[in-house]
Amino acid sequence: MTGNGRRLSRREMLKRGTLGAAGFAVLGDALEASSDESSRSAGLPNAHDPHAAGTVGAVRSDGYDPKGFLEHFDYGHVRTLDDGQVLREYEIVAVDREIEVAPGVRFPAWTYNGQVPGPTIRATEGDRLRVRFANGGSHPHTIHFHGIHAANMDGVFEPVMPGDEFVYEFDAKPMGLHLYHCHAVPLKKHIAKGLYGAFIVDPPEPRPPAREMVMVLNGFDTNFDGENEIYAANTVAFAYQREPIRIVKGELQRIYMVNATEFDPINSMHLHGNFFSLYRTGTTLAPQEYTDTVMLCQGERHILEFTYEDVGRFMFHAHQSEFAELGWMGLFEVMEPVA
Amino acid sequence: MSASRRALLGWGVLPLVLLAATALLLSRTELVAFMRQGAPPVEELTFDRVTLEPNLIRVDVVNGGPDPVTVAQVMVDEGYWAFAIEPGATVPRLGRASIVVPYPWVQFETHQITLLSSTGLTFSHEIAVATATPKPDARFFGVFTLIGLYVGVIPVAIGLLWYPLLRDVPRRWIDFALAVTIGLLVFLGVDTLAEALEAAADVAGAFQGILLVAVGALGTVLGLQVLSGAKLRSGGVGGRMAVALLVALGIGLHNLGEGLAIGAAYALGEATLGTFLIVGFMLHNTTEGLGIVAPIAKDRPSLRSLAGLGLLAGAPTILGAWIGGLAYSPLFATLFLAVGTGAIAQVVLVLMRVVEEGRERAVLSPLTAGGVLAGLLVMYGTGLLVA
Repeated sequence: MTGNGRRLSRREMLKRGTLGAAGFAVLGDALEASSDESSRSAGLPNAHDPHAAGTVGAVRSDGYDPKGFLEHFDYGHVRTLDDGQVLREYEIVAVDREIEVAPGVRFPAWTYNGQVPGPTIRATEGDRLRVRFANGGSHPHTIHFHGIHAANMDGVFEPVMPGDEFVYEFDAKPMGLHLYHCHAVPLKKHIAKGLYGAFIVDPPEPRPPAREMVMVLNGFDTNFDGENEIYAANTVAFAYQREPIRIVKGELQRIYMVNATEFDPINSMHLHGNFFSLYRTGTTLAPQEYTDTVMLCQGERHILEFTYEDVGRFMFHAHQSEFAELGWMGLFEVMEPVA
Repeated sequence: MSASRRALLGWGVLPLVLLAATALLLSRTELVAFMRQGAPPVEELTFDRVTLEPNLIRVDVVNGGPDPVTVAQVMVDEGYWAFAIEPGATVPRLGRASIVVPYPWVQFETHQITLLSSTGLTFSHEIAVATATPKPDARFFGVFTLIGLYVGVIPVAIGLLWYPLLRDVPRRWIDFALAVTIGLLVFLGVDTLAEALEAAADVAGAFQGILLVAVGALGTVLGLQVLSGAKLRSGGVGGRMAVALLVALGIGLHNLGEGLAIGAAYALGEATLGTFLIVGFMLHNTTEGLGIVAPIAKDRPSLRSLAGLGLLAGAPTILGAWIGGLAYSPLFATLFLAVGTGAIAQVVLVLMRVVEEGRERAVLSPLTAGGVLAGLLVMYGTGLLVA
């Protein structure tokens, strides 16, 4: 039942698109006012002020909010099958959409559900996943999940034509942090345009309670010269520098970090004023490393755990200074716990 | 106004009214949108001027493309940086904007400025050797005046000292001197034209740099022709003085371009104006003095008019150096150089006529042809010193 492509009605496509947009509108309300011209000529910082580095202005609230994305996990529509297995159903639509990757900078993206990165899909090891994928874009697309599954569920040899759909169905395994992305050719183009997302498979016994975040490292080649003009964690350059991520002192933090950067072979993560426990690919329950800097090649992903014992602002960014200064930089604001 | 005149006026205006109506119709229909097929706007930003102050980079850009361009972000050396843009982030067609970036640039190093537009296009400019742009203070004017004096005024004045020699030589040697002048002016004309075309390459597209050269040069030729025609035709002492005046003016405009180039190169940190180079320019420009006095060799002009001619030819170097150092703009440089080209072309035409008169229509005798060639070779030889 899953292998045959079925044409999606135009009406259904429109409906899904509208629903998606409505969701984004709610998310977007939380964003602050859009940048305007006056904010760009406001008082300039001193040349040696650390705040002089970075973009100017703020992104508009037109659908995607890095703050909301950070802690949003999509568990799907859950139901239990007759044999007791948990079934999680997802609907994903590929949509061409212009997104804002830095204040005032528009990028003609190809998206899953109208957002880059696509929704963070989360399941527990052994769950059944049924992902109904509709292609509302202008090019053939697929979803290639990293994981262990059947050959015909791999999203490589079954390109889904515009207007068609395909249902991927497989068990979530192995436990760990994975990713999904389009595998239509040319591969580089389909990934660079924004078709990727995080895929978390929780262990049967949950990891210890923590404040959890997902960061998909990505880049955007806005002038199509084969190099990224923008780097980011979760698409918008300097988003978490402009609006630092607030965390509570003493609370365990867990970051699911996936490298979806195109063109550059590696990316990295460096945490200031602290060290983190590193679970490579998240496939173990015991950390392999205790460090403050880790390198991720294209498609590589790790789980990072750390706790701050001091309040204040701490940076995190790629340790490639170029990536950091082109947008992949953010701040944690560590606060005292509220009594 | 009589009825027939009114009718005449009506016929004159009718095509314009129809044209306006057609344009309105075109703008109301979907034709243009259909032709664009929803493609993103064509964006073009040209860097007109980049100036450096301690911890500050100032960039003036011109939009020479068909559509407005919005500057969304600014990168320096592949890193986003704070900036302010005046009068607004959106630069209209043929509009200008000034961008200020508080950046800790490093003395004598290379920096790259990249503007990122709202559609993600990038426009880059390289500061080859970063050094503070000179400020228009007493020291600036002093230094640039001195450079102008050395390169323009003094050499021309020295060249004028050939006047007594020319006064006493036979007529045919004066023709030779005039021929030499033609040769050196042709050299300067080609040099100026090349510079004009080089500057034109940096002019924003919509301003059509190369055509600006054509309009500027031909406009100058025609303008000078009309202005000086009567005086030249009158002949005698006055006519010959008018020729000398034209020669001085043409050389002066060329030297203005030379000053512009020196000033701009100095301001952009690209010039290494060593002593050798200045001496080279001096030798090169001394021959220009000869050209000025050749037409009036037999007329015993006053010392004052000689000095006036020398200043007209040499002093623009100082002016050019000031402008180049303070406010170099490819657009105005192109225009100045085009005017210089036209002025020199006009002078060559006039000198040809002068030689022609003296030799009963035989412009190119072995002597005068040799003179033209000698003029070219002298300029080429001394040019080697400044290349």
